[in-house]
Amino acid sequence: MVSEQLVDLSRLQFAATAMYHFLFVPLTLGMVWLLVIMESAYVMTGNVIYKDMTRFWGKLFGINFALGVTTGITLEFQFGTNWAYYSHYVGDIFGAPLAIEGLMAFFLESTMIGLFFFGWDRLSRRQHLLVTLLMAIGTNLSALWILIANGWMQNPVGAEFSFVTMRMELTDFWAVVFNPDAQAKFVHTVSAGYVTGAMFVLSISSWYLLRGRDMEFAKRSFRIAAAFGFASVCSVIVLGDESGYTVGEAQQTKLAAMEAMWETEPAPAGFNVIAIPNETEMRNDYALHIPYVMGLIGTRSLDKELPGLKDILVRNRERVVTGIEAVKLLDTLRADPENADARVAFDKVKADLGFGLLLKKYVASMDEVTPALIDRAARDTLPRVTPLFWTFRIMVALGFAMLALFGLALWYSIKGDFAQRPWLLKWSLWFLPMPWIASEMGWFVAEYGRQPWTIYGVLPTHLSVSTLSVESLYGSLAGFVTFYTVLLIVEMYLMVKFARQGPGSLGTGRYDHEASHATPASPAHA
Amino acid sequence: MFDYETLKVIWWLLVGVLLIGFAIMDGHDMGVGTLLPFAGRNDEERRVIINTVGPHWDGNQVWFITGGGAIFAAWPLVYATAFSGFYWAMLAVLWALFFRPVGFDYRSKIHNATWRSTWDWGLFIGGAVPPLIFGVAFGNLLQGVPFYFENTLVSHYTGSFWQLLNPFALLCGVVSTAMITMHGAIYLAHRTEGDIQRRARTAALLFGLVMLLGFTAAGIWIAAADFGYAITSVVDTAAQPDPLAKTVVRQPGAWLANYAAAPATLVVPALAYAGALLALLAVLRGRTLIAFVASSVAISGVIGTAGVSMFPFVMPSSTVPGASLTVWDAVSSQRTLGIMFWATLIFMPVIVLYTSWAYKVMAGKVTRAWLRENEHSAY
Repeated sequence: MVSEQLVDLSRLQFAATAMYHFLFVPLTLGMVWLLVIMESAYVMTGNVIYKDMTRFWGKLFGINFALGVTTGITLEFQFGTNWAYYSHYVGDIFGAPLAIEGLMAFFLESTMIGLFFFGWDRLSRRQHLLVTLLMAIGTNLSALWILIANGWMQNPVGAEFSFVTMRMELTDFWAVVFNPDAQAKFVHTVSAGYVTGAMFVLSISSWYLLRGRDMEFAKRSFRIAAAFGFASVCSVIVLGDESGYTVGEAQQTKLAAMEAMWETEPAPAGFNVIAIPNETEMRNDYALHIPYVMGLIGTRSLDKELPGLKDILVRNRERVVTGIEAVKLLDTLRADPENADARVAFDKVKADLGFGLLLKKYVASMDEVTPALIDRAARDTLPRVTPLFWTFRIMVALGFAMLALFGLALWYSIKGDFAQRPWLLKWSLWFLPMPWIASEMGWFVAEYGRQPWTIYGVLPTHLSVSTLSVESLYGSLAGFVTFYTVLLIVEMYLMVKFARQGPGSLGTGRYDHEASHATPASPAHA
Repeated sequence: MFDYETLKVIWWLLVGVLLIGFAIMDGHDMGVGTLLPFAGRNDEERRVIINTVGPHWDGNQVWFITGGGAIFAAWPLVYATAFSGFYWAMLAVLWALFFRPVGFDYRSKIHNATWRSTWDWGLFIGGAVPPLIFGVAFGNLLQGVPFYFENTLVSHYTGSFWQLLNPFALLCGVVSTAMITMHGAIYLAHRTEGDIQRRARTAALLFGLVMLLGFTAAGIWIAAADFGYAITSVVDTAAQPDPLAKTVVRQPGAWLANYAAAPATLVVPALAYAGALLALLAVLRGRTLIAFVASSVAISGVIGTAGVSMFPFVMPSSTVPGASLTVWDAVSSQRTLGIMFWATLIFMPVIVLYTSWAYKVMAGKVTRAWLRENEHSAY
């Protein structure tokens, strides 16, 4: 049997490398559209300051993008290197969106980014704008296909288990593509990225304004970021909220866990603003409870019920019992594929196969299963409540705080006197890390909340790993930590260096803090 | 549209196309990276070299990523077994690749000789290590890889990292590295002038010869050594894939059986020779564009030779030969193969179209004068 330690280390490595990758992705997602907006303003008005804005913010975008590319490859490799059984078991479905992402999106994004940086003098203004636009479209399509793949892990639609090939097989491609879970995730995730991009520009522009330098450049950047950020933060909150969480059982379990809803309440359910969940006794030691709100947010209705964790546990225990039957029948069929009776019987129970597989964590054969182990496996299907409850609340609180910030930033942008309000500029500056924290919390809720499954209800995390040695995992984890620490230091150093220098780093001769080695201002290509 | 058997063969061809595409496109960037510290003697020369691939390396690298994704989607069992079995080799490739995006993008952003030279060697690693390891991997595929499956298709790799580095595999690594470096050198000669071009042409000739000698030696080795596998049971090529349903024996000389059975396939290794020889000749005459096309043909021939020799095997098992992975039994379902076929058919021409446009926009020699004009945007 697979050792606990191997599973934990594999999870830790994946979580660390995925969350690290997601330090760079949201900024890319948001910045590309800000670049499109700035460059459109340049093409429409002919004012060269917008070209400088596109190029300067583009420079910072490029520093970030390099690490996004670097760390993205890790993830594609890692399904194969560390999650071999997962890759075999669901590759028929999961591999396709990843490959299509490459073909449809990542090629476009990566080819255009080269022209974005190198093509200023070789392309007409409109052609260059088209390049920037295609880069933005590629980036966002890339997120779409990745989230289709991820959405399928949460809500595995359009697929069926085959005992001959011993894996899940695709039955309906469009069901996978239009998986409501994936679509909700896409909107929520890209909007969060847009907020990140907007916050980045807003914060750094505020810093210039507070220092009284590059005023014209910073003011225009601030206004664009405020408007784009306000629209995006509204989108995150309104479109990407918990409405996506009512689809499918995985999400219902996750919803109940992140809301610390132990009992099924009569509709519409109440909302725990804060609570101290007690995992062992399955209740809240303390809760500040507001009636009706949860039902309204979660179901958008007054009459639909949301199941509590205790009821989910009862339901899942029954599925574990059926699942044991499914695993036994699968063994029979693997030994004798022609057994027609077993085939009929297996088809009836195979929907619960994954629940039976949960017991493989504890026993090699289903004959060794005891009622106590069944209880244990059923309890395993509930993720831990406390971490989900609190990370979710931090994310939501940050979301609303950013809504307030962008609302005020937009309001004073329209009034035109934001540059004279140091409190607003300081707030913008100090809020720079917040979208990153919120994004990481969001990933944690989504993926930690999926446990104990890699594919909800289908494949337990425990069985998904590659059969590697624990030593190999320690070695690779140490390697990743070392590389990623060095890369982060280098990236931050460059980012801070160029952000401090500001648009002067373009060497155009039009800004403060001009690059010391600047050649005499080349005539603007305006 | 297509029956399952046809789709399985189509996907063998498509994986080949993607690997060849990767070797031609990302390969010339890697070759340039490998040559960087040697063909560029000072900072300005090195910047010229880097900027020949500057606008394109990122797009080209997606061949690699898409190739990986396509193997995941079309041959999930190969993806799972190979990537986890070759764990440390894959991590070495991955970590070598880390040096590329940051090397290209960050190197020239700071005026410090140590900083820049560190990234130059980083780009060297990112250019030289992946082709070396991929060659070594192919060398091991040809010999058979030590793995087996449980009844539930959980794979177990029974070898070690160090045994991957056996003499035959290292020879394949040399062939692969020489091939990619020759290709990169030809590209570099095409996009530069003066000293750098001269050095690149010398490198192209040198590595082209090494590749030809190594390729020949590997062929003789395969004919003389005892590795090779053959299926001994009747295979239902249209069946639901089950890699445990066949019997296989280790059979010396089996890797030459396809050429005997279908002599027309000899055209594939012939392309490797013809392409390489033409490339060398064109380099001598200073016709770098023709040389680039010819070396692309050579690459197709070399990779194709490995594929044709092993067909229908993809990843033979030396531990339990019956568990070997083949184009018939390591593949995705018919539906997935069909969908992925159409996705590739639609998007591949579009990709070729806009990639060509990007090269057209950036065409011309990269020179010191160009570098000075683009001081603030060039790498």
